[in-house]
Amino acid sequence: MKITTELVDYISELSRLSLPEEEKAAMTAQLERIVGYMDVLNRLDTAGVEPMSHVFPLVNVLREDEVIPSQDRAELLAGAPAPDPEAFLVPRAVE
Amino acid sequence: MTWETVIGLETHVELATKTKIFCSCTTAFGGDPNTHCCPVCTGMPGTLPVLNKRVLEFAVKAGLALNCSITRYTKFDRKNYFYPDLPKAYQISQLYLPICRDGRVDIGGKTVRIHELHMEEDAGKLVHDPWIDQTRADYNRCGVPLIEIVTEPDFRTAEEVIAYLEKLKETLQYLGVSDCKMQEGSLRCDVNLSVRPAGSGELGTRTEMKNLSSFKAIARAIAYEANRQIELITEGKRVVQETRRWDENKDATYAMRSKENAQDYRYFPEPDIPPVRLSEEYLDALRAALPELAGAKRARYQADYSLPEYDCQMITSDPALAAFFEDTVALGAPPKQAANWIMGQVLAALSARAMEPKAMPLTPPTLARLIALVGEGRLNRNTAVKVFEAVFDSDGDVDAYVREHGLEQISDASLVEDVVTRVLASNPKSVADFRAGKDKAFGFLVGQVMRELKGKADPRAVNERLRARLAGEGPAPSRGGPRE
Ligand SMILES: [Zn+2]
Repeated sequence: MKITTELVDYISELSRLSLPEEEKAAMTAQLERIVGYMDVLNRLDTAGVEPMSHVFPLVNVLREDEVIPSQDRAELLAGAPAPDPEAFLVPRAVE
Repeated sequence: MTWETVIGLETHVELATKTKIFCSCTTAFGGDPNTHCCPVCTGMPGTLPVLNKRVLEFAVKAGLALNCSITRYTKFDRKNYFYPDLPKAYQISQLYLPICRDGRVDIGGKTVRIHELHMEEDAGKLVHDPWIDQTRADYNRCGVPLIEIVTEPDFRTAEEVIAYLEKLKETLQYLGVSDCKMQEGSLRCDVNLSVRPAGSGELGTRTEMKNLSSFKAIARAIAYEANRQIELITEGKRVVQETRRWDENKDATYAMRSKENAQDYRYFPEPDIPPVRLSEEYLDALRAALPELAGAKRARYQADYSLPEYDCQMITSDPALAAFFEDTVALGAPPKQAANWIMGQVLAALSARAMEPKAMPLTPPTLARLIALVGEGRLNRNTAVKVFEAVFDSDGDVDAYVREHGLEQISDASLVEDVVTRVLASNPKSVADFRAGKDKAFGFLVGQVMRELKGKADPRAVNERLRARLAGEGPAPSRGGPRE
């Protein structure tokens, strides 16, 4: 698959990353190599093979519907980048 | 040209579990910001989500009641998008193997097909603070379990949409899987709408409307958006496929910013949650435990109790009300009388207190006792209504209240007769008026007798004696026993 600069722009926009021009070129080449490896894998005949979504053969890992007290808010907010007593502060996200 | 509107719905319903879908934080509504949160639901690195057993159960129950086929091997997927209402930058949802598929809901002669029903987590709430020009994220709702129910584009009118939503709400409430309170956001609806010339087999370009928080808003948004699209096409313009927001105040929809419109969710299987395999025994047990739904109850009330359709509709409008009715009848109350009390006094008392039927303090034994006292002729209906008001809030003892307030109906016929004699004697003018054909005078005389008896007589008996006496009959034998 050919990775174009437009595709890199699109992916960085979806990921909310702004890449400087010189990094974009490097990124394009690296992405091309990574995605290119998928072509190698694609040479295998996987017809009739169930796609694997999980590595371990586990099913039905469930918990009871019982309340456990939530985390102390101050502790929870301690690692937030911007200080606020009640909430996580983020750049303007509401119109 | 005649146009046809084609509508499909995506309805999000919050499940009535105690805890969130992937962590043990409470789902209680409200609470100070970020006090119902833990490292899992705030998306801290290194945490592991674990599925709530009851979410699975509720989703399957909903699917069974909506006539869906249940996926025996179901999985979760990540829906990726960057928006701070989701701290992980992805929502755990289901795309490839949703828990339920291919259901149907019958709404008055029409069948609406359910495309799928899947489980997912709710997002947090964002509030912009203009003083600091930053947005505060509150993750109390983040991770609250939802089911999303997606229909095929089977609706043609707003009325059909509302009928479906009412049926859906009723079904989910009877199942006990959600309280479906639109005002608290526990039932939310996105409307996909397109128009086409009537008779055309092809679908037009659709728009998706969000932010519809009441049935009224849904009906108005549908009317507005159908019109907007018809006008565009008539003017030779094109409908753009986009997400539009309904503005309740402006009574209009407007397109959301294009960035919010960029929908490329890059779904992939959620690696942190192992798949779920459902056994036939599990499904059979849930199927067997499904409660009787509103439609079945209505049919049964009509068949077994000969209740009018209107009564059945009113009583089954809420599962707690239906249960209250059934329990009252089981205690011996005649069904029609129980129904009348519930549709009259009970609903009025609830509405005056802005109270949900399920929070009602009055219990069935108390209402059944009140109905029995009226039936035995020991309370007249008007007094019974006063007793009802007095005992409603504390589920008081009806007999004790009647005794303490001396409200028991006068059953001594001779006492009634004496008062009738006295009232007739002291109101010759009204008697003459009545005989001259003025019916109003009769009501006045009844009122006088009831007043003398402090409202404790049976109005039917008073009426009967007054009419007889005015017709010229003499007083009843003075030593009459209690009225039959
Ligand atoms: Zn949590």
